[in-house]
Order: sequence, then C-alpha cells, then structure tokens
Amino acid sequence: MAAAAPSVPPAASARARRAGRHPWLSVVWAAMRTPRGAAGLALASLVVLIAVVGPWVAAKPPDALLTIPYAKPSGQFPLGSDFLGRDVLSRVLNGGWALLLMAAAATAFGIAVGAAAGISAAYLRGRPDSFIMRTVDVILAFPQLVFALLLLSLLGPKLWLIVLAVGLTHAPAVGRVIRSATLDISERDYVKVVELQGMRPVKVMSSEILPNLISPLMVEAGLRLTYSIVIITGLAFLGFGQAPPAANWGLMINENRSGLPLNPWAVIVPAALIALLTIGTNTFADAIARVTIGVERRPEEAVLLDDLTPRQSQ
Amino acid sequence: MTTASVPAGSAASGRDAHPIVDLVGRRVAIGIVTLFVVSAVVFVATQVLPGNAAFAVLGRGANPARLHATERQLHLDRGLLEQYWIWLSGLFTGKLGTSLANGEPVWALVKPRLINSAVLVFVTGVIGAVIGVVLGAVAALRKDSWFDHITSVAALAITSLPEFVVAIALIILLSTVVLHVLPAVSLLPPGTYAWSQPELLILPVATLVIVIVPYIFRMMRAAMIEALESDYVEMARLKGVPDWRLVLFHALPNAMAPTIQVIGLNFLYLAGGVVVIEFVFNFPGIGQGLVFAVDNRDIPVIQFIVVVLAAFYVFMNIVTDVVALLVTPRRRIAR
Repeated sequence: MAAAAPSVPPAASARARRAGRHPWLSVVWAAMRTPRGAAGLALASLVVLIAVVGPWVAAKPPDALLTIPYAKPSGQFPLGSDFLGRDVLSRVLNGGWALLLMAAAATAFGIAVGAAAGISAAYLRGRPDSFIMRTVDVILAFPQLVFALLLLSLLGPKLWLIVLAVGLTHAPAVGRVIRSATLDISERDYVKVVELQGMRPVKVMSSEILPNLISPLMVEAGLRLTYSIVIITGLAFLGFGQAPPAANWGLMINENRSGLPLNPWAVIVPAALIALLTIGTNTFADAIARVTIGVERRPEEAVLLDDLTPRQSQ
Repeated sequence: MTTASVPAGSAASGRDAHPIVDLVGRRVAIGIVTLFVVSAVVFVATQVLPGNAAFAVLGRGANPARLHATERQLHLDRGLLEQYWIWLSGLFTGKLGTSLANGEPVWALVKPRLINSAVLVFVTGVIGAVIGVVLGAVAALRKDSWFDHITSVAALAITSLPEFVVAIALIILLSTVVLHVLPAVSLLPPGTYAWSQPELLILPVATLVIVIVPYIFRMMRAAMIEALESDYVEMARLKGVPDWRLVLFHALPNAMAPTIQVIGLNFLYLAGGVVVIEFVFNFPGIGQGLVFAVDNRDIPVIQFIVVVLAAFYVFMNIVTDVVALLVTPRRRIAR
C-alpha cells in the first residue's frame, strides 16, 4: 500500500505555504472553490447575515403587542402577526443571533474537548487511553438530545448549560476520529525525533501532533456545527432555550404552529431560515470533507467501510 | 500488548469456541458493564449532584416538613449506595417509585408510552430500511444518471434538516395549509395504545422515515458502487453471469454488510429522534414523556426513561455489531 495519506492535500498545503497563510484557511479556500462549497457557504452566509443584521433593521420592537393574534400579512406587518399579535418580521429578524452564537460556542467547545481527549488517548496510550475511551462509551450510550435533556433537567434550562451539554455530546465522536488520526501521526519519524530529543509529552501533542490534525478537525467542525444547530434549535422548539418573551426561531415555530391555518408565515419563515442554514452548513461541511479527505463519501461512511476491510493489527 | 495477545488469543479461542461466539461474548460483556456505569451516572447525576433533589423538586414551595417528606419519598434519608441499590433493584422488579408530578407509579405511567414508542420506532425502521436499500441500489446501478444526481442532492439536503422542520413541513403540506388529509396532532390520551387509531401513526412515521432514509440510501449507494467495481464482480461478469444474478447474488450481499450497520445506527438515532417527533405530533410515547418529565423535574420518571433509552442504545449497538459480523464473510475467519 502507498504511504499514509498526507493530512492536507499537497496542492492546498503548497498554496498555503506560498501565500504564507494558515493551513486551515487554505482548506476553507479550497472548499469554497468547489460548486458545492460555494453554494453551501452562500446559503449559510445569507442566513447568518439576516440573523446578525436583523436586530438593527427590525422596524418594530420584537415583543410589543401591536395587533390581533395571527393577523394575515399586510403593508404594516409584511409577515403578519404571531399568536400574541406581535410583528412576525421583527421577531424573525431578532430571533437568530442567539441560536447562531450558541451553536458556534457548542461546536467550539465540543471540538476542543474531543480533540484534547482524542489526542491524549492516542498519544499517552495505556490507562489514560482506556479511561478516556470508556468515558466515551458511556456518553455515547445516550442519544445526544437525551443527554442534553438529562443535564438540563438537573440545573434548569440555562443557556450556558445548553451550550455545555451540546458541546459535551459532540466530544466523544470527535474524540474517536481524532484518536485514530493521532495513532497514525504519533508513529511518524518527526514525532519520534522530538521524543528522542526529550520533548515533554504535552509539548509533543500541542506542537507536533495538533498541527497535523487540521483536516480531520475541520471536517469534524463542519459536521458538528450542523448538528449543534439542529440540536439547539430542537431544544428551543421543545421549550428548553431562551425563555418565552424572547424571539427565537425554534421557539417561534412551536408558539405559532396552532395558528398555521390563520397565518402560516409565522411558522414557515423561521422554519425555512433554519432549514436554509443547516442545508448551507452541511453542504459546506461536505465540500470540506471532499477537499480534505478526497473521497466521494462522508467521513462516517468511510469509517464504516474501512471497518469492514481487514487490518494488519487491531 | 494488543499485538502480542492476538495470536495467543485466536489460537486459544480457535479450539474452545467459534471466533464469533468469542467476539459476541466480549461485546455483550462490555455492553453490560457500560450499562451499569450508565445507570450509576444517571443515578448520581439526578439524585446527588444538584445539591438536594428534594429541594429541586419542590422549588419555591419548599418548607421543612414538605422537604422532609419528599426526601423520604426519594429515599434521600438513606446512604448513597443504599439509595442506588434500592433504585437498581427497582429497575428489575418494576418497583420504580411514583411520579413526583401526579403520584402515579412510574411503571404504570411509562409502560404504555414505551409500547407506543416501540411501535413507532419499529414501523419506521423497517419501512425506512426497505426504501433506503432499494433507492441506494438503484442509484448505484444507474450511477451518474439523473436519478442518481437528484436522489443524492435530496439526501444531502434532508440529512441537514432538524427533524421538527421536516415534521412542520409535512404538517403544512398534508394537514393544515395546503391539504387537509391527515390529522396534524394525535389526540390519543396518554395511556392508550397507538394502534387504536393507526392513522395517527402516519405523519410521525412518515417524518422519521424521511429523516432516516438518506443515511441508509447513501451507505447502500456507496457500498453497492464499491461492490460493483470489485474484482469478484468483474470475475463473475467475465464468467458470463447474467446481470440480475450479478446484482442480487454477488454485489448485494457484500453491499448489505455496511448498510446493515447503518440501519442499526438509525435505530439508535430513532431512540433520540422520537423525542422531538412525539412532542410535535403529541404522540404519547416515552419521548414526549421525557419532555414532560424534564419540564416538571419528575426525577423518577426521568431516571427510568433515560436508562431505558440508554439500554436500548447499548443493546442495538451490540446487535448491529453482531449482525455486521455475521453478514461479512471475511470476518467469520479467525484472524
């Protein structure tokens, strides 16, 4: 078999070196140049733009009771009103930023914990490895949403706790991927050399191994961002998110769904924005996976297929 | 250590037991240990961590007398290990205590929900698996055709969507705004069974089928393409095996192995996916029960439902692994 695949495609890393850019930027750049990546990024950016600029351009206060409940769209209320007679358009414009912020924070937290756990498990081996991997097994024994609900049931639906819970549910899956990537890297010569020079394990992990994990980390970040948005909007929909007077896309869908026959826009618009956002991030994540791994399939599928082909040692 | 133990282990097990039996045994043992740890984690988390559970339950309504009564009800006056033992043995004897929300026994409350969710998951899993395998095989056989492109893009789009958005889209299309052919929410009171009004199952099942089919489809497509391009299929083709035989008896069985794993993983997904979907459609299953219980901080109910879901998770993981072993010919040989 050929030598182990380089973690960043040669073309991308060469371009990065020439441009003097950080390698993760070059991965994003390469993904953006594929049709899939461009489409995904455009969709996601559109929704992010609405969420970020929205609070400044909203014409009416999001929680003022202005008209009858479930009023049909009119000149004054372009998307009609919600179940309390509040302006749907202003609530839509205000209802995205918190979700985006929480999803981004949960993803970052999950990737950081997962990467730290995966690298330590693979590099330190032995007891730390089995301890970390058994912990991973335990967390993986819960469905993600159920684990988050379990944590929320203890301390109440606090926003920081939602971020923590969602990030924590990502960590095991990230940890597994990073662990297997690290197992491969820690056998390389440049790692052996610095080990022989007496570099401390923490330093080896942070300065020799971590920089070589950029592609799997980018792929994971893309995937987990989509899952974060899905879980966090889902929790908001279930009522475990921002408390009711707040404008929040997930909450809006739940609040206004009994008025679907009267003013469907109060549900359709937030649902469509969530859908566009997740389709956008997932498509872009897919483009990143294709650019970095160079296969026509998703990492989780690649793992399953590889799992079924014989390996030399277990 | 691992490399050294492989030859010794396989030599020993080769005489005693079939390698699969060996592997399955180890898998089941790990599963049972995981479950014990999971039960302990759930117990410690819900019973011990947040200061005082009785206080959490009563909230602002707490006064010394009520606090004391609730503590006794939750066995908080006993030692930690004893509390865990009471609860753990209750899991097996059905003595799970009473709901803090309405005083009913937990088992009586959860049992009909459990059965309803099982029906939902089973029906969805079977329908989704069949549709996913057929679509995936067809897309692989017609690789790069319009059918392949459209289904692949649709699969990518659908896998991105939150379940409740799919559910809302179906409600808008089929039961409120566009058409009015199906009931938007089921009006089954808790404690009744899903099959008493099968039409109420249609939308929840349809939503979950739409959500899981893309995963099965993609795996089947990828595995089938790999199988069709393999040497053994090429060999069979050169020998003059007719196309339909090639697909059904050479490529399909090999493509099924990874696909069965994904089907298993989708049953796992469904254990979590039912939570939101049951809430959307007001379907009286354990997912809806869990949301209500979390809302009310009904700790005995939360503990039981979470442990049941985790047990199902661990169990399905084992089943998936074992089935994948059984259907992969090269894995049957001792290594």
